[in-house]
Amino acid sequence: MAQISLTVNGKARKADVEPRLLLVHYLREQLRLTGTHVACDTSQCGACTVLVDGRSVKSCTMFAVQADGSTITTIEGLATNGQLHPLQNAFWEEHGLQCGYCTPGMIMAAVTLLEQTPKPSERDIREGISGNFCRCTGYQHIVNAIQRAAAEKR
Amino acid sequence: MPTTPVLPKLVGQRVKRREDPRLIQGRGTYVDDIALIGMQHLAFKRSDGAHARITSIDTSAAEAIEGVEAVFTGAQIAKFLPPMPIGTPFPSPEHRAVAVDTVRYSGEPVAVVVARDRYVARDAADAIVVSYDPLPAVVDVERAMTGQPAVIHPDFKNNLAVALVPSGTGVSADGSKVDDSAIDAAFKNAEVVISQRMVNQRLAPNTMEPRGVVAHFEPGKGTMTIWSSTQNPHILRTFIAALTGLGQDQVRAIAPEVGGGFGAKINIYGEEYVTAAISKQLGIPLKWIEDRSEAFVATTHGRDIIGYVDIAAKRDGTLLGLKLRLIADIGAYNMLLTAAIPTLTMMMANATYNIPAVRATLTEVFTNKTPTDAYRGAGRPEATYFVERAMDMLARELKMDPAELRRKNFIKPSQFPFATQTGAVYDSGDYEKALDLALKHSQWDRLKAERDAARAQGRLVGLGLSMYVEVCGIGPSAALPTGGWEHSQVTVERDGRISATTGASPHGQGNETTFAQMIADQFGVPFEHVTILHGDTGVVKQGIGTFGSRSQAVGGTALIMAGAKVKKKMAKFAAALFEAHEDDLVFENGTISVKGSPASAKPFASVAAYAYVPVPLPDGLEPGLSDEAFFEPTNNTYPFGCHISMLEIDRETGEPNLLKLVAIDDAGNLINPLIVEGQIHGGLAQGIGQAMIEEVVYGEDGQLLTGSYMDYALPRAIDFPRFELAATVTPTPVNPLGAKGVGEAGTLGSTPCIVNAAVDALSEFGVKHVDMMLRPEKLWRIIQGGRS
Repeated sequence: MAQISLTVNGKARKADVEPRLLLVHYLREQLRLTGTHVACDTSQCGACTVLVDGRSVKSCTMFAVQADGSTITTIEGLATNGQLHPLQNAFWEEHGLQCGYCTPGMIMAAVTLLEQTPKPSERDIREGISGNFCRCTGYQHIVNAIQRAAAEKR
Repeated sequence: MPTTPVLPKLVGQRVKRREDPRLIQGRGTYVDDIALIGMQHLAFKRSDGAHARITSIDTSAAEAIEGVEAVFTGAQIAKFLPPMPIGTPFPSPEHRAVAVDTVRYSGEPVAVVVARDRYVARDAADAIVVSYDPLPAVVDVERAMTGQPAVIHPDFKNNLAVALVPSGTGVSADGSKVDDSAIDAAFKNAEVVISQRMVNQRLAPNTMEPRGVVAHFEPGKGTMTIWSSTQNPHILRTFIAALTGLGQDQVRAIAPEVGGGFGAKINIYGEEYVTAAISKQLGIPLKWIEDRSEAFVATTHGRDIIGYVDIAAKRDGTLLGLKLRLIADIGAYNMLLTAAIPTLTMMMANATYNIPAVRATLTEVFTNKTPTDAYRGAGRPEATYFVERAMDMLARELKMDPAELRRKNFIKPSQFPFATQTGAVYDSGDYEKALDLALKHSQWDRLKAERDAARAQGRLVGLGLSMYVEVCGIGPSAALPTGGWEHSQVTVERDGRISATTGASPHGQGNETTFAQMIADQFGVPFEHVTILHGDTGVVKQGIGTFGSRSQAVGGTALIMAGAKVKKKMAKFAAALFEAHEDDLVFENGTISVKGSPASAKPFASVAAYAYVPVPLPDGLEPGLSDEAFFEPTNNTYPFGCHISMLEIDRETGEPNLLKLVAIDDAGNLINPLIVEGQIHGGLAQGIGQAMIEEVVYGEDGQLLTGSYMDYALPRAIDFPRFELAATVTPTPVNPLGAKGVGEAGTLGSTPCIVNAAVDALSEFGVKHVDMMLRPEKLWRIIQGGRS
């Protein structure tokens, strides 16, 4: 067992974890933050994307011990004071989700995308979310949602 | 008097989904999010080989791991779990949820571990040592039909699960009498015949949420609660009860948030039975969650049908006959609907055309692969692909515009209802209207000019067009072994809010929104006052489920039928209050009033309250406002449409690039066009994926070579152009909504229209047909001078 300290959605956390425990399982099973999902075992689907020190990271690709000392934001921590994040709102407005399973990871990836590229072209968006799979939407409404959030931020 | 807000009519509006606020905040509850006190975890040990006899299983090392509760081999499980049933009336070999003595596909379970957590369970499964005596792997389906290199199930000679079933012109309904004279005459009189073998390749459905199950048998009560990522909790309940020796009243099945289904979560799987049965044995709650590598081998695959297509026509393009010989590679076992899926391909062989003679035949074959079952479209995309590719080949042979060849042969609007040669009765249709809209919307003539200009520059650009007709909302019950109906119960609660149950259990379709739109309009109450309940057999008393694009056409109709009964009863209570006639009441804007007398309006909630404390009780009425309805459609619905694509192939690398996709879809009346667009987009994405990049591949030894996202190309956002949609509206007479269904349509037209475009792009090389998927290497070889 290894001891870790980290901040998750603004709250300081300490835990004893098995060194092999994946960050996603720490978040889901120890903190019960089940909004972060697992949809593959090869780090390709992006469903488990969270922000680690402000950057989007696939949390199945990281051990919990590697997150020691870091600040993590999950989908549950994205809204502030009860106000949806512009991306959350845009996904709702544009019907950017169907089954919703990929959605938290998709939104967290889009957070980083818009921080790095505030005025993305459609191509930028399609490339920017290519680390995230969605099987329901054909991506078009997701692209629309990210465009809408980008326009609202400006 | 306070002014009453005027409520908008919601049916037909682009209403935002009410499911979304929880899902965009990570507050949905999927199966893996469920935690019960004392819950332990299952992990399956799976076969490495495709076909082998199990000679020994050593579980001692697994049992010695700290935290392991129990280990069961297939033989041990067989003592308390009967073989798995199927849902079709076809003969089927015995299929154990965990193999007892022989494994027949790579990934078949051979043992199962129960442990403290998923990590320990996986460690223990890995520690089980299984010895095998290998048998020859049956991989090539046409070789399998000769019994080579092995027979997988001894009772099924030559690996034939279903030996040649005929249908079409001259074939009696039960298939026992076959008269070939019409089909033979068609080909004898033909001025041109097109013949082609085509492969509709095997696909992996890939719901983003893998499967999962939590089973909780409570020994004290003798009841079972099972949560599963399923499309049909009521069917799950039926089968779990049967196999665990419980009554249906003793099993509660819950489909919580379900992360996609696409047909693959209709089947009731071995893991569901095993989790339930072991929970009952041990008396503790158990969870099993599939990982993605497991999903590729353990969740049913789709498609995998070879079609030998022959079309007979006159030189002017008039169709005379169609032969479609189908060979379905169904993998190692029959699952719930496996055997029935390719029969839908036979049924839809008539496509959108007047064809004087059609003969379709079907053979289903066992191989050492993961079993197939429904996958979005389920048999209909295959039919569409075979016929629409062949129509395109005919147009090319006759040097006709592909649109004009189709136009010439369409079933005309005046011919509906139209009895096809293959036993379907198409409800309604206007195929020429869809074609014309597609040509107009895509600017077909301009696209042709653009293509020709690109070709003049040496670019390989092609155009493709495809019609399609779907079969949805399958009913009546004679047509569906589970029952062809759907159920709903509508309750006006004491406070005037409305709850409505539906057996159509959604997994992304947005039924909570569309059904609430319908109920809000029906009762004239705010959308926010309506709650739709689904996915829990403890709450939703009866149901079939969501598949075959049936939610709206069948489930939506049951909903408004139940609503109408309750509304009628509520009108009787209101009539007593108003001293008016029940037919003279108006339900609108959250009030009930007497027609022509808006000042008489009483709040909807006050009438509801009266119905629950009816003093005095009107003559002939029972208290309360709740009623149910079962809707059994008299026929299926047949949505249709036309898809057009433009595609370029890189002359240097062979890489295809989809430039344009225009989809015209006619799903009848639409409840929520925003959600319909989403459904079409998703279908298109899966159809384009099949045409261009997706394929399940097995090695000669029966090993799955595409077992992860490293090797199976799941489409990403950069793989698609912006889809261009438009709709025609031809309501169905089969249900009062006039809604036909739309969930699967996108997978039908997109696939052939893209391959048609690819063949057009390669026309300078004399190529007549290319099998899916459009792998760059395959196209590059054609460009380099090889022929396909």
